[in-house]
Amino acid sequence: MSTAREEILGRLRAATADVSTPVGHRGEVPVIQEEGESEQATVELFVENVADYRAEVVRCGPDEVAAAVADALRRRGSRSVVVPSGLDASWVAGLAEDGVELRPDSALTADQLDEVAAVVTACRVGIATTGTIVLDHADDQGRRALSLVPDHHVCVVGVDQVVHDVPQSLGRLDATRPMTWISGPSATSDIELDRVEGVHGPRNLDVIVVG
Amino acid sequence: MSTSPADHGAPPTGDVGAGPTAYPDEPAPLQRTSATFLGMPSFQTAAKAALADTQQRRNLAHATATIRGKRAAVVAEVEAWEELRVAGAAAKDEVLHHLPHYLEQLEENLTARGATVHWARDAEEANRIVVGLVQERDADEVVKVKSMATQEIELNEALEAAGIHAWETDLAELIVQLGHDRPSHILVPAIHRNRAEIREIFLREMGEVGRPAPEDLSDEPARLAEAARLHLREKFLRAKVAVSGANFAVADTGTLVVVESEGNGRMCLTLPETLISVVGVEKVLPTFADLGTMLQLLPRSSTGERMNPYTSMWTGVHAGDGPQDVHVVLVDNGRSHVLADPVGRDALRCIRCSACLNVCPVYERAGGHAYGSVYPGPIGAVLNPQLRGTGSDVDKSLPYASSLCGACFEACPVRIDIPALLVHLRTQVVDEASGRSVEALGMKAAAWTFADHRRLEAAQRAATVGGRLLGDRTIRTVPGLGAWAQARDVPTPPKETFRQWWRRTHGDGAGTDGTGTDGTGTDGRTA
Repeated sequence: MSTAREEILGRLRAATADVSTPVGHRGEVPVIQEEGESEQATVELFVENVADYRAEVVRCGPDEVAAAVADALRRRGSRSVVVPSGLDASWVAGLAEDGVELRPDSALTADQLDEVAAVVTACRVGIATTGTIVLDHADDQGRRALSLVPDHHVCVVGVDQVVHDVPQSLGRLDATRPMTWISGPSATSDIELDRVEGVHGPRNLDVIVVG
Repeated sequence: MSTSPADHGAPPTGDVGAGPTAYPDEPAPLQRTSATFLGMPSFQTAAKAALADTQQRRNLAHATATIRGKRAAVVAEVEAWEELRVAGAAAKDEVLHHLPHYLEQLEENLTARGATVHWARDAEEANRIVVGLVQERDADEVVKVKSMATQEIELNEALEAAGIHAWETDLAELIVQLGHDRPSHILVPAIHRNRAEIREIFLREMGEVGRPAPEDLSDEPARLAEAARLHLREKFLRAKVAVSGANFAVADTGTLVVVESEGNGRMCLTLPETLISVVGVEKVLPTFADLGTMLQLLPRSSTGERMNPYTSMWTGVHAGDGPQDVHVVLVDNGRSHVLADPVGRDALRCIRCSACLNVCPVYERAGGHAYGSVYPGPIGAVLNPQLRGTGSDVDKSLPYASSLCGACFEACPVRIDIPALLVHLRTQVVDEASGRSVEALGMKAAAWTFADHRRLEAAQRAATVGGRLLGDRTIRTVPGLGAWAQARDVPTPPKETFRQWWRRTHGDGAGTDGTGTDGTGTDGRTA
C-alpha cells in the first residue's frame, strides 16, 4: 500500500495532467504597492492609521523616549513592566524611581507574565497604509509571549523603520524569523458587529514614534 | 523529507472505520459527507425554514450590510485593487496548476526548519493523525484557533470521541460551541446570535466547562468579550497542545500564516509546547513575496479593515520562542477531485475571506445553515458539490442557490467567477438527471404548450379556474417541480385571461385592430 503522501501527490499530478505551462510560468511576482509622496507624508499616514485603530500614538525626539514610555505607563496605571533582554536600556531608565517594577525576561513562565502589567518593545517595521507594526521578536522585542500576555504593550517605532505599503515591508523582513503583525489593540466584532477593543491580546496599545 | 509513522502506522483510535484504499487509476475520491450534514434537505427546503426566522433575518441583514459598507470603503482606498485581484488569482493559479511541486517544496522547507509534516488523504486520516499526536503527549485537552479545515474534517468530534476536550477560543466559535450550535458564517460564525442570546449562553454554559461567567454579566458587547477573556485565559495558560489551521503556507520559505483579530490565535500559536496545524493542500502560496499581495487583499475583503489586528507567522521551530514541537498536517479530503476539473478548480483559489457571502442577496436572506456545510454562501454553493459530489439532496440543490446576479464575482479578491462555476455545476446536475426529472418533463410540456396558440389558450383558461379557487394566496410549492418551483413563488393565476377580459369589456368582435372574433391575435400581439 502506498503512503498517504505518495497517493495524494499522485492524485494531484493526475488532476493537473492537462496543465501545459511550466512551474513559474507567471514570471516575476508582481509587486503592487502605493508609493509615498515623501518620507514625512508616509510617517504622518502611519501615525494617522495607527491612531484610527484606537491605539495611542505619540511622536517624540530621540532623547524623549524614556519620558514618553514613563508617561504611557503612568497614564494606563501600569505598575510593572517586562523588559526584553536587548531593549535600549535608556528607554526604561528612571522607571524604577517612578516606582514601576522592572522585570527582565529571565525565562518567565506564562503564569508569571500574566502577573505583569505591561511590556516595552522595539519593532522591526512600521507600515503606513495599514497602520501596522511588525515585530520579528529579535532581542529588542523579546520572544512572542512577552508582547502577548501582559495587558498593555508600549511599542517604540523609529521613523526610519516606517515604510509606505505592505510589499515594501516584506523586503525588510526575514521569513525565517517568527513574526507578529499588529494593527491596533486586540479587537473583536463577533457580537452584532460592534467593535470591542480588547479580548485576549493586550487591550491597551501605545505606539511611540521617534524622530 | 519524512512522513510521520502516524500517517499509516498506528491503528486508528475509536471507531473510524477502515482506512482509505489506494486506487491509483481511479478518479480522485470525493469527500465523504459527514454525519452532521448527512440527510440535509435541499437548500431551498432548508432556506424556507430560515426565511421564517425573522430574528435571524434581522441579524443577517444588519451584519452583512455593515461589513459590505466597511469593505467598500477600504477597497476604494486602494487604487490598484483590480491589479491586486489579478495578481492574487495568478498566485493561486500558479500553485494549483503545479500543486505537487509546491507541496514538496513546502514540505522540504518545513522539515529543514524542524517541523514534522504529515499527509492525510481524507478527514478520517487527518483526525487519526491529530488524535494520535495529542495522545502521545498525554494531553486531555487542546486549545483551538478558528479553522475552517478542522471544522470540515470535524476534528472536535473526533477529539471528544477520544476523550480529549477541544476548546474553541475565537469568541464567535466559543459562542457557537457553548450554544451547542453550528457556525453560520465563515468570518462571523455566530452572526445569527444577538447579544441577549449570547449573554444567556455564557451564563448557562461557561460554568459547565471552566470559569463561570460573572453573575452580573450584562449584554454589553464589551462585558461579554471580557467574560470570554477571563473564561479562556486559564485554558491558554495551562494548555500543552494547540490546534490551528493556516491562512497561507508559503512554499519557498516554509512559513505558516494565521490572520486573526482577538489574540486568541497568538495565544494558541505561542504558549503551548506543541502546535499542530491542519492545512488544506490548496492553502499553499508560491513565494513569501506573494504575501505582499494577499495581505492587502484578505483583510480588506474580509473584515473591511486595512489590516486585521494580528497576523502571526512562524517557520518551523524557533529556538526559545513558542512551541518547540511543531506539526503540519496536509489534507486532501476531496481537493484533488476538485482540482481535476479544469473549470471547477478555480474554486480552490478561495482564501476564505467571506466577501461573497456578505454581498449575496440569497445568503443575506437564507443564512448559512441552509447550505448544509461549513462552507456557506456563494463559495459554498460551488465548493461543496465539487468536494462531495452531487449525490445528496443538498449538494444537488446548491448550484441553484443563486440568482446569478454576479455580485460574488465582483467582490472576490482572487477573481473566482462563481456565477460561471454555478452554471457549470447546474449542467452537471441536469446531465446526471438525464431528462428524467419531473422538472425536465415540465419543461418539455411547456415547450409543447407554447408551440401552438390554441394549446396555450386552453392552458391559460384552465389556470384561471385555479386562480379563482385560490384567491390572493401565494403558491409556494408545486409538487414534483423540484428546484424550479422551490426557488420561486409561483404567481397566483389570474381569475381571467387577458383574452377573456377583452371579450368581457369590449364584447365579441369589438377588436378591430387585428383581433379576430375568436379572441386570438393574428400575430400574438394581444397574447
